Amino acid sequence: MPNLEHPAYPAATLLHLESLVPCRESQVSMLLSIFGERQQFSFPSIFIYGHTSSGKTYVMQTLLNTLQLPHVFVNCVEYFTSRLLLEEILMQLQSCCSEREQTSHVHCDTFNDFVRLFKQAVVSRELEDQTLYIVLDRAEQLREMEANILPAFLRLQELTDRNVTVVLLSEIVWELFRPSIGCFEPFTLYFPDYSIGHLQKILSQNHPPEYSADFYAAYINILLGVFYMVCRDLKELQHLAALNFSKYCEPVVRGEANERDTRKLWKNIEPHLKKAMHTVYLREISSRAGENEKNVYNSDLKFGCSEKVLGLSAHTHVELPYYSKFLLIAAYLASYNPVRTDKRFFLKHHGKIRKTNFMKKHEKTSNHLLGPKPFPLDRLLAILYSIVDNRVAPTANIFSQITSLVTLQLLSMVGHNDQLDGPRYKCTVSLDFIRAIAR
Amino acid sequence: MASDQIRNKGVNVTDHDLTFRSLSEVLQNNITPYIALLEAKDCPGIKNLMQKLMGQLMNCYIDVDSSEDEDYVQVSHNRIRCSMTSLINWYEHVTKKPDSETPSKKRTSSSRHWQSPPVVVVFKDMESFSTKVLQDFIVISSQHIHELPLVLIFGIATSPMIIHSLLPHFVSSLLCIELFQSLSCKDHLSTIIDKLLLRASFPFKLGEKVLQVLINIFLYHDFSVQNFIKGFQLCIVEHFCSQPVSVLCCQLVDAKKRADSLSHDQCENIRKLPSFRRYVESQVSEKQIALLTVDTYLKEITQKLLEDLHVYHENYLSVLRCLHVFTSFLPKYPLGKQIRELYCACLENQVWETEEYESSLQLARMLNKSDLVTMLQQCVEIFVSSSGKEFDNTVEKLKEFLTQFQKLEEEAFQEQDVSVSSQKELQKKTDLYHLQKTLLELKESRRSKKLTKFEMLRFEVVDYIDSLVRNYLVPANHKTLHEIMYFNTASVLREHLNAAPRIALHTALNNPYRYLKNQALKSDEGSISNKAPDICIVYKLHLECGRLINLVDWLEAFSTVVMGAEGPNADAASSDQVDDIIHARFIRAVSELELLGFIKPSKQKTDHVARLTWGGC
Repeated sequence: MPNLEHPAYPAATLLHLESLVPCRESQVSMLLSIFGERQQFSFPSIFIYGHTSSGKTYVMQTLLNTLQLPHVFVNCVEYFTSRLLLEEILMQLQSCCSEREQTSHVHCDTFNDFVRLFKQAVVSRELEDQTLYIVLDRAEQLREMEANILPAFLRLQELTDRNVTVVLLSEIVWELFRPSIGCFEPFTLYFPDYSIGHLQKILSQNHPPEYSADFYAAYINILLGVFYMVCRDLKELQHLAALNFSKYCEPVVRGEANERDTRKLWKNIEPHLKKAMHTVYLREISSRAGENEKNVYNSDLKFGCSEKVLGLSAHTHVELPYYSKFLLIAAYLASYNPVRTDKRFFLKHHGKIRKTNFMKKHEKTSNHLLGPKPFPLDRLLAILYSIVDNRVAPTANIFSQITSLVTLQLLSMVGHNDQLDGPRYKCTVSLDFIRAIAR
Repeated sequence: MASDQIRNKGVNVTDHDLTFRSLSEVLQNNITPYIALLEAKDCPGIKNLMQKLMGQLMNCYIDVDSSEDEDYVQVSHNRIRCSMTSLINWYEHVTKKPDSETPSKKRTSSSRHWQSPPVVVVFKDMESFSTKVLQDFIVISSQHIHELPLVLIFGIATSPMIIHSLLPHFVSSLLCIELFQSLSCKDHLSTIIDKLLLRASFPFKLGEKVLQVLINIFLYHDFSVQNFIKGFQLCIVEHFCSQPVSVLCCQLVDAKKRADSLSHDQCENIRKLPSFRRYVESQVSEKQIALLTVDTYLKEITQKLLEDLHVYHENYLSVLRCLHVFTSFLPKYPLGKQIRELYCACLENQVWETEEYESSLQLARMLNKSDLVTMLQQCVEIFVSSSGKEFDNTVEKLKEFLTQFQKLEEEAFQEQDVSVSSQKELQKKTDLYHLQKTLLELKESRRSKKLTKFEMLRFEVVDYIDSLVRNYLVPANHKTLHEIMYFNTASVLREHLNAAPRIALHTALNNPYRYLKNQALKSDEGSISNKAPDICIVYKLHLECGRLINLVDWLEAFSTVVMGAEGPNADAASSDQVDDIIHARFIRAVSELELLGFIKPSKQKTDHVARLTWGGC
């Protein structure tokens, strides 16, 4: 285990930092050596990437906070326009070192203004003698902003002529960022995924005080054994661990087993974990966690209709009016059958049973792999008329149902042509859905 | 972590607004004053969403407070920086404030709201929101959940799985999802029909056809309770506008008074009613004369008939409910599962003459005892609670049945003993002849057992119910003066509610006389009149063409038809060159057709246009 060493910072702080960022020691020491001492100029821009929940944001935040480096931390999703982003950086900069001083609103529309205001701010806050870090989280959003934003941030040090380092955090690789006109290449740093050992170590760290660390570690071991195959997301695993731990402890609380009785505990927890497997990532409160909350809500919200609370997966059934169902089926047929077969399938003088058999076989071979094809409105209506037994008048009701199917995202409109110009649709639902509807 | 609720509901859009409005009202009264309702069409981007959200939240504060607070008005008028930070600042400011506020203003809100009420954001139509907007919003708000307690409510019309198809894992794992499902709209329809139509207190009734039209629109097209109610309201308006005798359609007491003060003309109107005529014909001749000539006598009779009708309704509904209790227990529901289906069947004609009724009686004769007893108990309840006065005997009778069933139960034990003993006898015999004989005897006894007490009683019960039905469920149109209460012109309703734009357009273009009422336009089907408007001529000509229409041919045909108007004398003057004016008229008509969506310019062939509709001559 490489101990963090740096001449500029006291050893105690470094040790504390090391305990806070388990399994990321090498990355942190790398960052520290790039940062250098407080007053030293650092690399102008650093690009850190890695998969979801590999600790990028967390490591950056703890590093900057524990070492008390002056920094600005901005999430690019939250400040979705360049103006908001730049203003936010300036605002944070104003309140950065001066405690609780009323921050006045700054107007900053362009990057040019930003550079000017930034210089002023740095001077007024007396930050010239140390490196200022600007961390842009979820930096992939920068690509959606004006073309100059990203290159300008990358060479902000040069543009402002101040001691500043921009750190970009992202989940995607640098190659996808690089603008076509070229730009300053940042220093890239990769945060690898946590291995199962890492996960074990990190998850075991926050064990509840009333139980021993070994007991909790054994629990984490079981949990990882079950879930590691489907989910390596640290956050999700943490959530699962918190969710199921009370169940795991039950035998111990009841006194039926002691903490070392792993076999018994495993027997007890196994069915719960299996159940939880189905809802990984879904976060349904109804499953377990919110039993109390639910009662509160239900007693508070008493509007006319009584509500049933069931798992999400229980509600796959969709209720549609009679003709909407037929419209959807017709749309499905139109999407997955080639036009030339319409005559054969939908003209009256064909045996109905033979027809459907043939159709199924045909679909399975090719068309389902190709996905839905667009079809014109008229074809949809023609098929509708032929599959509905009694006569359907083409009333406004029918047409409005088509649009409501589109808003429900069961059909989708293809092309952005004028409505008068023969609109074309696509059926976006699966065969299973159609089967359920047709029943 | 943003906590989050979901409501699952039917497809119709019109009802959603109402539901959400009442939901937000309830929330506003009980939980939090901070509610924002967002619609997908207002929020194409995250920026618009934030603007909308902040606008609604900050205005809502002003609404609640209603005292003209200077700086707040300013804030809402100023260009606010629409970001989460300003929202949080606003929230902090607002939640801190009530302490310093004068208590009189806040009497309702502060007492019932929590210390820091959550901000509720309702997404009315989650399906239509773009994925990115939702994702961004959830990610942003999840970062500030500690400063800004946020509850998101998603309105979902299809299945809740849509959440997971719209949101990727890393977003949905930020949520804490709870699901609420509203009642299905069919249940709402049942409630409305139950409360509106199946009540004797409400004099206005729908005829069978009209009710069928309304229910069909509901079930086949929109699932919208609101539209159903609108249709019902339309029926009321139509009824009172078109039917002169609807004056008498009101509560019985008022109706009697009004009947007393009828004018001569109104009496004549009553005499014209077909049901009244039938009634007159059934009377003896001197009474007939009196009814047709003496107004006062007519009024007297009318009052009596109205009272009859009222009593009829009261009884009708109780018996209908009772019959529904029976039919809803039967397998396969030959008379329908819902009471509305049964009601329609009973309104249509004499229900006991239908095959379905026959088969349901057959099935009822095979019911087991426990079902039968529960049904009878339900029927007793219905009759006891009904306002009809004639049901005392019925209740007695039904109770008698119930006690008989109880007695049967006691007797059943004894019977069991008998059968056991006979079987024991059977086991004793060894002789073949005797065995055969006893078997035959047993068979005989079983056949006769079919008519044992339980069977008999069951028949009796079913027959009794049958007699009730025949007595009380006479269809309304057999009743005299039913026209006063019942609205029957379904065709009017259908015309109003089932708009058929294509058909209307076709008739307008194909047969202009229908709308223009110009005698000159009255023509035979098929032929093209040259007096018709240009667009009609062009339309009729285009019906004769295939998918692609040659413009030159079309123009020539057009000019031939139009020239026909000028007569043969003009023929000499016109050469093969088409007149400029006619040409212009043609172009205008064609572009009008294009505007209506019948044709569009085609790139497949030069000088051709493509037809967008099919069919025609």
